[in-house]
Amino acid sequence: MDKLFGWLFSKKDPSTKTQDTTNTAPLSEQQIQAIVNNQNPHFDLQQLISSCGQSVGKQRELNEDSLLALTTIMAGNSGILPFGLYIIADGMGGHQFGEVASNAAIRTVAGHVLRKFHPYLFQVKTDTMDESFQEIMQTAVSEAQRAIQREAPGSGTTLTAALVLGQQITVAHVGDSRAYFVYTDGRIEPITRDHSLVKRLEELGHITPEEAANYPHRNVLYRALGQGEILDPDIFTLGFPQPGYLMLCSDGLWGVVAEQDLVRAIVDAPNLHRACQNLVTAANTAGGPDNISVILVQLVG
Amino acid sequence: MGSVYRARDMHFPNVTKLVAVKEMINTAPDPLVRQTIVQNFEREANLLATLNHPSIPRIYDYFSVESRSYLVLEFIHGKDMETIINETSGFLLEEQVLTWAVELCDVLDYLHKHKPDPIIFRDMKPSNVMINHSGDVMLVDFGIAKTFQSGIKGTMIGTEGYSPPEQYRGDATPSADIYSLGATIHHAITRRDPRLEPPFSFSERPIRRINPSVSPDMEMVVNTALEYNPENRFATTADMKQALLGVARKTGALVRMGPQTTPLANTSGGIKPLWTFKCEDEIRGSATIFQGTLFVGSYDNNLYALSAAEGKFQWKYPTDGGIVSRPAVFDGNIFIGSEDKLLHVVSSRSGKVVWTYYTNGPIRSSPRIAEGHVFFGSDDKFLHAVNLNTGRMAWRFETADAVRSTPFVMSDLVYVGSETGDYYAVDFRGELKWRFRAKRAITSSTVGIGQALYFSSVDGTLYALDPRNGWVLWRFRLGKASISTPCIVDDLVFVGAADGFIYAVEAKSSKEMWRFRTEHQVNGSPVVYKDSLYCGSVDGNLYCLEYRTGRLRWKFGTGGAITGTPLVYDDIVYIGSTDHQVYALLA
Repeated sequence: MDKLFGWLFSKKDPSTKTQDTTNTAPLSEQQIQAIVNNQNPHFDLQQLISSCGQSVGKQRELNEDSLLALTTIMAGNSGILPFGLYIIADGMGGHQFGEVASNAAIRTVAGHVLRKFHPYLFQVKTDTMDESFQEIMQTAVSEAQRAIQREAPGSGTTLTAALVLGQQITVAHVGDSRAYFVYTDGRIEPITRDHSLVKRLEELGHITPEEAANYPHRNVLYRALGQGEILDPDIFTLGFPQPGYLMLCSDGLWGVVAEQDLVRAIVDAPNLHRACQNLVTAANTAGGPDNISVILVQLVG
Repeated sequence: MGSVYRARDMHFPNVTKLVAVKEMINTAPDPLVRQTIVQNFEREANLLATLNHPSIPRIYDYFSVESRSYLVLEFIHGKDMETIINETSGFLLEEQVLTWAVELCDVLDYLHKHKPDPIIFRDMKPSNVMINHSGDVMLVDFGIAKTFQSGIKGTMIGTEGYSPPEQYRGDATPSADIYSLGATIHHAITRRDPRLEPPFSFSERPIRRINPSVSPDMEMVVNTALEYNPENRFATTADMKQALLGVARKTGALVRMGPQTTPLANTSGGIKPLWTFKCEDEIRGSATIFQGTLFVGSYDNNLYALSAAEGKFQWKYPTDGGIVSRPAVFDGNIFIGSEDKLLHVVSSRSGKVVWTYYTNGPIRSSPRIAEGHVFFGSDDKFLHAVNLNTGRMAWRFETADAVRSTPFVMSDLVYVGSETGDYYAVDFRGELKWRFRAKRAITSSTVGIGQALYFSSVDGTLYALDPRNGWVLWRFRLGKASISTPCIVDDLVFVGAADGFIYAVEAKSSKEMWRFRTEHQVNGSPVVYKDSLYCGSVDGNLYCLEYRTGRLRWKFGTGGAITGTPLVYDDIVYIGSTDHQVYALLA
């Protein structure tokens, strides 16, 4: 194998350098392994494990975040399949409405998804489902949108939901809660894109990331569940990071703890439960200005 | 936030006078806030009552009952612009949109010039513009309703897609209305709803790329209105109106000369093939290249070997049936299936037969070589696995119907679709691992990368499946049936369909990135080489598109339908046509 990589690297053509305007760095050993693995995915049995943590924070009286973490195994005729559903919703809208909205979002989305998988989880069902993962998530989000407009009109919530089946993660995302891939070699990569005004201005190059961090309107969203006539959630499917973690969290965590501290809190912990506790503690130590919610998921084997 | 009722004014019992009654519900729990809201409402109603413009509905009355406030307005017979956009198939005519835009400039100008203070409409969007029976615009839903949207903490502003960047500061200026008018026109002539796109992303959707029939001048006016910085937009709506009238004069829209057509792109005029080679019948399949030689089968029953550089004939090998698939190469031998029910293995050098293998039906599936075996389907309803060394069957797997797709091999599994729509994952011992069912035939072959398998079906769907268990990750609706095999580059999946389109879909989100219209069915498969996508169509053309945007680079016309997949090697594109010819073109 080492020979192969040596050949890969030495093959680099110096003449292409002039066209290459992006900053490049050599791939880490783990990234190379991931590329190799991806070209030849393996079919061994795998275990899905998860943990979660939540805190109201140090400065708020109410908890407007809602969270759901569900991990199990689907025993079917095509072998054993890990199944997981993870959702974080961060409600907003004053009085108790934010809480109502985030709660309704979790209940509706989880209810819809689990109803769809019920025959596969609890009965012997052989024929294939006539809907795709992405379609199930899409209708779940639309149902939640209607539920919030009914139960808590005028309020809104973020929603970041991840459906894990085998090695596939299907994400539905609205707002500025986030999903990350965290790798054991220290890399961290947000896989969702904030639907916030500040992120949009940053993407357009009108403000710098430094300005964004101190921007006065940081909490203004342009897309939220329960708001607007038309809702267009981001829905996508990715392979599970291996070795690594899927992390879902509200802005009460990512907004106050630096990315590298997030990684350290996870990688240094002896297990997922302690990792979640570490993350919540880190956010509270940094002042805990907002509600904190975090879910960590790992696919082992 | 409220409803609008159609009502009859009973002050006039002898005639039917219809009015619109707009109801707004006061949801604020605090009595002081409630009172302020009602006062604001009444103040604005009084203001609106003083307005007098043909594009503003007249206000007859207003009143409040308990927590509800009502506004009685002129009833407008007609439809709102959003409904018109949605109900129109294809694009609205530029001259139509232009006429509305000029009228909207007029009414906004009237509001902006209001004394003592200018009135800012604040909420310009297609659903707030009614087109009445005589085709004139009416502005409805004045910002008045906004006073009722309290109760929400200031953390959220729905920018709604039509609002300018400065809105979040709470600045309401004439320039904000100009931006929203630009956004409204952009939506009307491109059919792209800005509420479904990230805010301030109009420049990422250039008008003429979406709707090439729009004049460049019109595009420029809309772009100016949509400038990010207010100072770069038109200074006043009157200026914008002048610019629009300038467009109208230039395109002749005002004298109703009809829209002009703009040529799309350069056609095949300048493109000359490097060489051509004529067979005795149609070429429906695809070619393979090996050691400077091009191998291609024809419906004249022959497998041809041509020199790739000049198209010079080297040898031909006759079978007893038409060849519609793509040859495979292994160990200096060419593998090809024929409608004579045989898989032929021929020496690439001499064109002499090495061995043949018999199935009980015509072979239309292309052979796939992997792990010491050749895998292919046959109309005899079997997937065959034949040992490369012995030429003997290792196993065969029975399917529900003919297998015309090409098997795909990844991670010790063989994936293949059949004509009933059944799809199989079979292991190397010939045992079923899992199966999936599409609603119609799967003639398209599978391509797989890492975490997903992609194929299309005659049921008009492009599928993405988990290779391990067959669960459906996503489905993408095509306009019609498809037998085209997808091609994957970067994060994009490309596929053709019988509706004549070539589609580009994002692999992780199944979002359509672009589509390109050819003049007839696209049954062949696209390929990407460097930054171009090559794909043939039954309209006889080979298209070369920029693969990121779907923009046409060039097209080359052949004398017959193209149903095969282009082969690109060393900057040369090879394509066969049903006009019996093989073409070699510079990529």
